[in-house]
Amino acid sequence: MQATRDFSHYVTDLGAGLQHIDLAVEGVNCAGCMSKIERGLSAMPDVTLARVNLTNRRVALEWKEGTLDPSNFIDRLAELGYKAYPFHAANAETVEAEQSRFLLRCLGVAAFATMNVMMLSVPVWSGNVSDMLPEQRDFFHWLSALIALPAAAYAGRPFFLSAYRALRARGVNMDVPISIGVLLALGMSLVETANHAEHAYFDAAIMLLTFLLVGRYLDQSMRRKTRAVAGNLAALKAETATKFIGGSEIAEVPVAAIDPGDIVLLRPGERCAVDGTVIDGRSEVDQSLITGETVYARAQSGTAVYAGTLNISGTLRIRVRAASNGTLLSEISRLLDNALQARSRYIRLADRASRLYAPLVHVTALLTVLGWVLLGAGWHDAIVAGVAVLIITCPCALGLAIPTVQTVASGAMFRAGVLLNSADAIERVADVDHIIFDKTGTLTLPDLEVVNAAGVPEFVLRRAGELALASNHPAAGAVARAANAKTPLVGASEEPGQGVRGEVGGVEVRLGRPGFCDAEQLAAECATTDGEASLVAFSFGDRKHVFCVRQALRADARTVISELKKRNITFEILSGDREGAVGAVARALGVERWRAGVTPADKIARIEELKRDGYKAMMVGDGLNDAPSLAAAHVSMSPISAAHLSQATADLVFLGKPLAPVITAIDFSRKASHLMRQNLWLAVAYNLFAVPIAIGGLVTPLIAAVAMSGSSLLVMLNALRGRRIADGGMSWK
Amino acid sequence: MVILVPLALGLGLLGLLAFLWSLKNGQFDDLEGAAWRAILDDEPLAENEPVERRTSR
Repeated sequence: MQATRDFSHYVTDLGAGLQHIDLAVEGVNCAGCMSKIERGLSAMPDVTLARVNLTNRRVALEWKEGTLDPSNFIDRLAELGYKAYPFHAANAETVEAEQSRFLLRCLGVAAFATMNVMMLSVPVWSGNVSDMLPEQRDFFHWLSALIALPAAAYAGRPFFLSAYRALRARGVNMDVPISIGVLLALGMSLVETANHAEHAYFDAAIMLLTFLLVGRYLDQSMRRKTRAVAGNLAALKAETATKFIGGSEIAEVPVAAIDPGDIVLLRPGERCAVDGTVIDGRSEVDQSLITGETVYARAQSGTAVYAGTLNISGTLRIRVRAASNGTLLSEISRLLDNALQARSRYIRLADRASRLYAPLVHVTALLTVLGWVLLGAGWHDAIVAGVAVLIITCPCALGLAIPTVQTVASGAMFRAGVLLNSADAIERVADVDHIIFDKTGTLTLPDLEVVNAAGVPEFVLRRAGELALASNHPAAGAVARAANAKTPLVGASEEPGQGVRGEVGGVEVRLGRPGFCDAEQLAAECATTDGEASLVAFSFGDRKHVFCVRQALRADARTVISELKKRNITFEILSGDREGAVGAVARALGVERWRAGVTPADKIARIEELKRDGYKAMMVGDGLNDAPSLAAAHVSMSPISAAHLSQATADLVFLGKPLAPVITAIDFSRKASHLMRQNLWLAVAYNLFAVPIAIGGLVTPLIAAVAMSGSSLLVMLNALRGRRIADGGMSWK
Repeated sequence: MVILVPLALGLGLLGLLAFLWSLKNGQFDDLEGAAWRAILDDEPLAENEPVERRTSR
């Protein structure tokens, strides 16, 4: 039964006989790849557009309707050496792209206005100390107003809207003092211009917006890039299912195109992409991604299976209950909802700072006005001095202090293989003093591995690997990987539930259950040394070997544990797996605190207990059963191989086989958190220096411009230090 | 002054419009790729189609 691939779900019709598809491509990281792919695809007849996006690692394709099919492009890309997969931009991603364009438009307008207002301001500043006529000055001021007012109305929207939302919710965020400062500066300048005054602050107001928009845009684009890469990885995980069309015909379709009630085929070695019920067939299934339990469960007619289940031995037919985004274990989704509701209580550093800052600044401005009036100055002069205080304190540096550090740190983490799901994750990771590890798939690798390959002769291993390639069984896959086999043995046949057999030079070779290979005695000996491994026997004529196959620890797990100790972070293991399996891992790693057979509710209970004891706990897990505790913990992390829901719930996602990103994330976050605080203090120091001048009524637009750009640059340069973590951390790669 | 000031502002505005146009045109969608494209050899990509086409939706 060879299934046809059906990708029509991803194709959009552009009209006029043109069709469009987006493909996520693996391994595009240089200009060479870009032109190779574009030339290779453009050479196909009827292709009208092939354009690589190097930032997102995607290809946009357009072609004339008719002979071509999306699978042709995927095959062509495979010939060129790239693995590609059709891609549907997630809703959130489209929204972020739109947001990012909006910010860039605002930034363009603000930058244009700043440059032109500056062009008009410099003559006024130099004219004020030489021979400028008052009429000329007024003309320049009016021109500045003409540019600055509409520009601020356009480019200030991101701040005004956010401040308005915060005020309506009876809160204060950083955008409130920013908006008040900008609006007052513009308003006062307008009044002053009408009164033929010497000073107007249009340049300061619009420059402030420009600087802040730079910070906003950087922040946004970094997050967008992370999201795009995460989206690609999801697409590259190739989520398809083999669906029955009519009675017996089958086709490989994307999961999104499957509806409840459809019947799908699950072959041995495949991961189920849907939730459903088995209607036909018998097999063993690996539910470890759902429950953490590594012992295979039996599946037969009537058994419920969930997305992420790995089929081991027999072919199953499954009736789909809900496709990609539907029901789960009801218990897990209920716990998850509760945990997510509780989560929003965290208050970000920026908001905490602005809660202190905004009232302080506004009170200072008010006192300045009152002070001047009491000293006998006129109301006009007093108010001008008060507004000057607000302009000079308008948190330009404060508004940049945190986003710039976040941008730099998330960029550095991105390069180290850690993707951020939430914006405030950095601050929360920096607080962590306790880590809860899940075992299966987190401390151990998700794929099975042969642990005793070193003791098997090279040529035997190679034969076993070639034979193993003929089977879909996950344990056979592990043998094939260990042998680094490339070509399957010709003429091998599989006996369901037993193993595979074939012939090499007239000698029979078998790979499978110990009984299938007459190796029970040898297997029994192996079982005594390693009780947790599953055994795969191999017979080559009279020679017999037994491979111990198990989920291996991540290679650097032990180093990570000792690094955690160095950083005074405590840790424990909570796993849904059996006592023996968890205990073995805990002993191997030297972890004293561990619990086995833990249910999702138990995990949450433990997290609540830690919270009461004042710990800031990080949860690292991948299973569906971990999702609620990932949401409940102070901050959470998942490997990229995690179940969908867990990955979406986790604050950070890490790539690759090592566990080291956990430490990387902590180190970068601590450094970033340190820099954020430092930046806030820099902003405070700047204010201590500038505010007295403003209170004294001595601030001219020139001083305001110099002070603002100076402090902003200082904060930005300081943020750049977050790219490196200090020596003495772990060295990677 | 009557000529120079509007002229200066007009030129600036022209720049802004060019920026907004290029943004709408999708030229800021892939800054990394654009950086490399500048130094690639110019060879025809496809005989059957002009290269400059809108890529974004």
